[in-house]
Amino acid sequence: MAQVVQRRSGADEPESTKRPPPAGRPWPLRFVDTTVGMKWVMALSGIMLIGFIVFHMIGNWKMFLGAEDINHYGEFLRELLYPILPKTVFLWIMRVGLIGAFLVHILAAYRLVLLNKQARPVNYQSKRNYIAANYANRTMAVSGTIVLAYLLFHLADLTWGAANPDFVRGLPYENFVASMERPIVAVFYIVANLLLATHLYHGAWSMFQSLGVNSPKYNSARRGFAIGLAVLIGVGNSIMPLAAMTGIVS
Amino acid sequence: MTEMLNLTLKVWRQEGPDSPGAFETYTTTVADDASFLEMLDYVNEDLIDNDREPIVFDHDCREGICGTCGVMIDGQAHGPQKATATCQLHMRQFNDGDEIVIEPFRAAAFPVVKDLMVNRASFDRIIEAGGYIDVTTGGTPDANLIPIPKDAAEAAMDAAACIGCGACVAACPNSAANLFTSAKMQHLNLLPQGQAERWDRSVAMVEKMDEFFGSCRNYGECGEACPKEISIDFIAMMNRDYVKAQWTNRRRLGERKVG
Amino acid sequence: MTISLDPRIPDGPLADKWDNHLFDMKLVNPSNRRKFKVIVVGTGLAGGACAATMGALGYDVQVFTFHDSPRRAHSIAAQGGINAAKNYQADGDSIYRLFYDTIKGGDFRSREANTYRLAQVSLNIIDQCVAQGVPFAREYGGLLSNRSFGGAQVSRTFYARGQTGQQLLLGAYQALAQQIEAGSCTLHNKMEMLDLVVDAEGNAAGIIARDLVSGELSRHSAHAVVLATGGYSNSYFLSTNAMNSNATAAWRAHKKGAAFANPCYTQIHPTCIPPADEFQSKLTLMSESLRNDGRIWVPASVDDVDTPPAQIPEDRRDYYLERKYPAFGNLVPRDIASRNAKTMVDAGKGVGPLHNGVYLDFASAIERLGKDLIEERYGNLFEMYERITGENPYETPMRIYPATHYTMGGLWVDYNLQTTVPGLFALGECNFSDHGANRLGASALMQGLSDGYFVGPPTVANYLSGKLGTEPVPTDDPIFETAEAELRGRIDQLMAIKGTKSVDHYHRELGRLVWDYIGMSRNEAGLEKALAEIPALREEFWRDVKILGTPEGVNQSLEKALRVADFMELAELQAKDALDRVESCGGHFREESQTPEGEALRDDENYQYVAAWEYGGPNIAQDTVLHKESLVFEDVTPSQRSYK
Ligand SMILES: Cc1cc2nc3c(=O)[nH]c(=O)nc-3n(C[C@H](O)[C@H](O)[C@H](O)COP(=O)(O)OP(=O)(O)OC[C@H]3O[C@@H](n4cnc5c(N)ncnc54)[C@H](O)[C@@H]3O)c2cc1C
Ligand code: HEM
Ligand code: HEM
Ligand code: SF4
Ligand code: F3S
Ligand code: FES
Repeated sequence: MAQVVQRRSGADEPESTKRPPPAGRPWPLRFVDTTVGMKWVMALSGIMLIGFIVFHMIGNWKMFLGAEDINHYGEFLRELLYPILPKTVFLWIMRVGLIGAFLVHILAAYRLVLLNKQARPVNYQSKRNYIAANYANRTMAVSGTIVLAYLLFHLADLTWGAANPDFVRGLPYENFVASMERPIVAVFYIVANLLLATHLYHGAWSMFQSLGVNSPKYNSARRGFAIGLAVLIGVGNSIMPLAAMTGIVS
Repeated sequence: MTEMLNLTLKVWRQEGPDSPGAFETYTTTVADDASFLEMLDYVNEDLIDNDREPIVFDHDCREGICGTCGVMIDGQAHGPQKATATCQLHMRQFNDGDEIVIEPFRAAAFPVVKDLMVNRASFDRIIEAGGYIDVTTGGTPDANLIPIPKDAAEAAMDAAACIGCGACVAACPNSAANLFTSAKMQHLNLLPQGQAERWDRSVAMVEKMDEFFGSCRNYGECGEACPKEISIDFIAMMNRDYVKAQWTNRRRLGERKVG
Repeated sequence: MTISLDPRIPDGPLADKWDNHLFDMKLVNPSNRRKFKVIVVGTGLAGGACAATMGALGYDVQVFTFHDSPRRAHSIAAQGGINAAKNYQADGDSIYRLFYDTIKGGDFRSREANTYRLAQVSLNIIDQCVAQGVPFAREYGGLLSNRSFGGAQVSRTFYARGQTGQQLLLGAYQALAQQIEAGSCTLHNKMEMLDLVVDAEGNAAGIIARDLVSGELSRHSAHAVVLATGGYSNSYFLSTNAMNSNATAAWRAHKKGAAFANPCYTQIHPTCIPPADEFQSKLTLMSESLRNDGRIWVPASVDDVDTPPAQIPEDRRDYYLERKYPAFGNLVPRDIASRNAKTMVDAGKGVGPLHNGVYLDFASAIERLGKDLIEERYGNLFEMYERITGENPYETPMRIYPATHYTMGGLWVDYNLQTTVPGLFALGECNFSDHGANRLGASALMQGLSDGYFVGPPTVANYLSGKLGTEPVPTDDPIFETAEAELRGRIDQLMAIKGTKSVDHYHRELGRLVWDYIGMSRNEAGLEKALAEIPALREEFWRDVKILGTPEGVNQSLEKALRVADFMELAELQAKDALDRVESCGGHFREESQTPEGEALRDDENYQYVAAWEYGGPNIAQDTVLHKESLVFEDVTPSQRSYK
């Protein structure tokens, strides 16, 4: 018995910034099309990225044990699950997952930023006075983008070698030390990693919210977790370029 | 004791939704026990005396319950006092000699009607999409038939306290309406009566919200601006319900039968 | 035009009347319902509930509100609670007791049958609201919690923190929203009804409305028109009602033939925050529950009014309610508490910077029960008080003073809630029906929902059933054209005045007159004065009001001017009615009619009737015609109220 809904124009009809999702679209697409679904995906990919970053950092710390160890660690990665799978296959599976997570995370981030721009075409004309929103969360897109730039450079530097004149495939320790001999690069490494830390300061708190993992019992612990993770990554990653610069690692 | 405050106001004036607007500056002297809106009334009387059109602003109950009022005051939705709607804000919160900047709430979904008045009908659209429990008038069981745990009732009440003022959207740097939507949704989702439609409601309200508003990125600014101190925990609960709804068997089965 | 005041009370014993009547009324076949167009003006508890219910039943419902959203209707502001004779606390409550308390509280000036039905239907209201998800307060066992309210001897008040009205209205609003989405109700928000259109036979045919955003006038026709537009407390300018609450819809209907009943019955609520200065725009109600633990006093001597309260020793204080009414003390009914506060302030004992309040002191309660318990009970009220006054009530007594709060008078309706204009129904506070001369706390919400959910829909349907096969009057019919032209003329006339004083100025002046002469206590000289001054003020208003801008687009001054113009006329009728009723009853206290101790004295012999006024012409005091509906009490015997 549904009647046609008549709505008045004028007072009653606000502008919609987005059209409703087309009916009949498969539900997973419909799901990620909403901002809530998209944030869920972002949080999941964020968790994968956090997982990678943490293990990557711990792996890299081996450099403090000397070239042998870290190069051996690289070898270990390549031989993961060998001989069940041929060499580097599992590494590639992980890489594909990682690339996927990065792509999803970044695409979703930009989509949301864009939507939010549309949601307020005319901005406030006076100065805002924020209470809860802080530097870390308002600059997620900036810190994320710089981390992305860093990542591309980092890959070119230590994985592909294009940005590293002294690059030798298979010798990550030496490559890293050589790269850090350029002070600008080392500073960029440190800055990028500190920004990553601010990204996580908000992100690692926010992802619980996005996933709906929420309970008064441990909500207070979320902030602590995020701070801990941010400090861990910020300090843990920065000490490596610092160590290289100061010659502790050489 | 009452003190008089000399104030400079910068007020946004805008003829209609599509006209350009601009700040205009006024000076006034008011008693500090006046409310913020009484201060505006007073300025308006002055404007009328000088043959200038009064400032248009929305208000009704002036008790902080109807949710009609709401402007940005010095860059904060509903102004500087916590848990206080614009109409409950009193001039005591300001000092002699202050300059106060007053701007309308801004969001694509809240087009300016005139001056400080905005159109918030998008909120009604979200409720219409699913923010209700379907009951036939008169066809209901006795009220005490379902005991509701006090905690659930209290939590639902915390959410239901939302007055639909739109300050959360105005304050949110992303123009997201997640605090409003989640409050309205969780009020019903937390109660036994709301279970039958819980999953459909969760999806319908989120999808409708998305037609108008930006995306929540968990900034928490909304909760600070909210005159009823609605907690952003409700946003997390909405997120969970929305995701869960995707996998809920009953909903999917029901959808298949209908579709 | 003569009107008939047949109350159409069904036959049978009191307890069976409503059930019999429900059976006797005609139904409308589901497949025919969509053919009927019903206009509902107002989306408060009464209007929202009625529109949602009729929409769900299948009628074509057109809903009007001047608010931007139905959820903002003034009902949202009710704090205390809603009564129902559920007897969940097993403390001896029953339908009959609720009925009796209500009719006695109303000083035996309401219709038995209506009041009984209200008590009966109260049961269904709670069921309905709980099913809708209204989060009423609960006990640890999960069952509904109740409190005793306004001095009632049983606990029958259901509440949702201090936001009962809000939660009930949200329930009705959500039900309405569902119908709007389904297409059965069409919402016309930001649309103010400015006139009623009546057809040649005298039946309601539709309304003329003004779009508050575009300024456009539009015509709407229907088979029936339901008004649920709230009360007229704002004729006092300062009241606890929302700023935009107004009487225009009811007053316009009155001018088109609907009798207006008992306009002098207004309720003054004792615990409001006194005005702080002359720019005060409205008054804030502090919940009546404060009187449970707070003690009301003034300095015994005029010399102490400016002494800080802490420095006034006990023996220089006058706890006047405890002194005069030892049995009820601070918990006497609203009208008595209010009147006594006025007596004290008039005697020069008012406290505060403007000497316009009395103290409500929690010091002894805090001493006895501890600050924590007081905070738990009244924490948010204390906070609200501090926000408004800047004073901390834990340390210094609150200052309170009465303010206009509710209007028992309204459009006259019969048992079917139909006004004297066939096809025009009045629901909720805008009718006069259930509260007599004084309303008990927590009973207005009950009446709004009773009218909206349960009484309005079947009685409107009964009326519609007789209209099957007819079409509403087309909106290009001359009756609509004339009505619109007349309204346009009124608007143009207002705009053309271009006088010197703002609308608010006139509203404030009117308020002063109404408050001074038709306020808490009234006397012949004062009322005569009001009858002389109100028309003069009205005349000045129409000569000198200043409205800037144009009638197109948003023009809040014009909106207010149209409302104030109607208040100016209604106020005169209030005075006229008050002058006419030379007895004291409920909210109407005539100084000429009091006991030697200064208590209200009713005169059943001469005034046991409803005064229903029929509009007769612009000179209200002279032209308006009084019709009397005498009140017959079959089940209860009117007694004199005593709270000593
Ligand atoms: C501060 C306060 C506290 C209260 N507390 C309690 C309490 O605890 N318990 C209790 O029982 N009662 C209480 N009351 C009384 C109670 O709230 C009201 O009597 C009741 O809510 C009135 O409901 P209503 O539906 O009749 O009208 P309202 O809620 O006033 O609704 C009027 C509707 O009509 C619309 N309208 C009016 N005129 C027009 C027009 N010309 N054109 C279009 N639309 C129009 C408005 O937009 C609105 O939607 C309180 C009242 C106040 C002021
Ligand atoms: C190594 C890398 C990265 C990690 C570990 C990471 C982690 C996270 C996490 C956990 C969140 C929180 C998700 C949520 O709130 O639900 C997040 C949010 C975000 N990330 Fe990243 N991210 C990384 C890289 C990037 C990059 C490269 C970008 C670049 C564009 C980016 C942009 C964002 C943005 C904009 C947000 C905020 C999203 C929101 O809160 O709505 N991130 N990130
Ligand atoms: C200062 C801290 C860091 C150091 C010292 C470091 C070091 C290295 C080294 C030596 C490699 C090469 C490994 C190999 O080829 O075997 C590498 C690869 C890589 N690093 Fe880092 N890294 C750091 C921080 C980061 C951060 C913050 C990110 C993510 C944003 C990142 C992402 C990657 C990726 C994606 C690869 C490629 C992995 C692969 O080939 O499988 N690194 N890193
Ligand atoms: S959540 Fe708070 S800020 Fe948002 S609409 Fe509701 S009351 Fe206003
Ligand atoms: S401020 Fe905005 S980003 Fe989310 S938590 Fe509140 S809606
Ligand atoms: S005017 Fe009602 S909330 Fe402010």
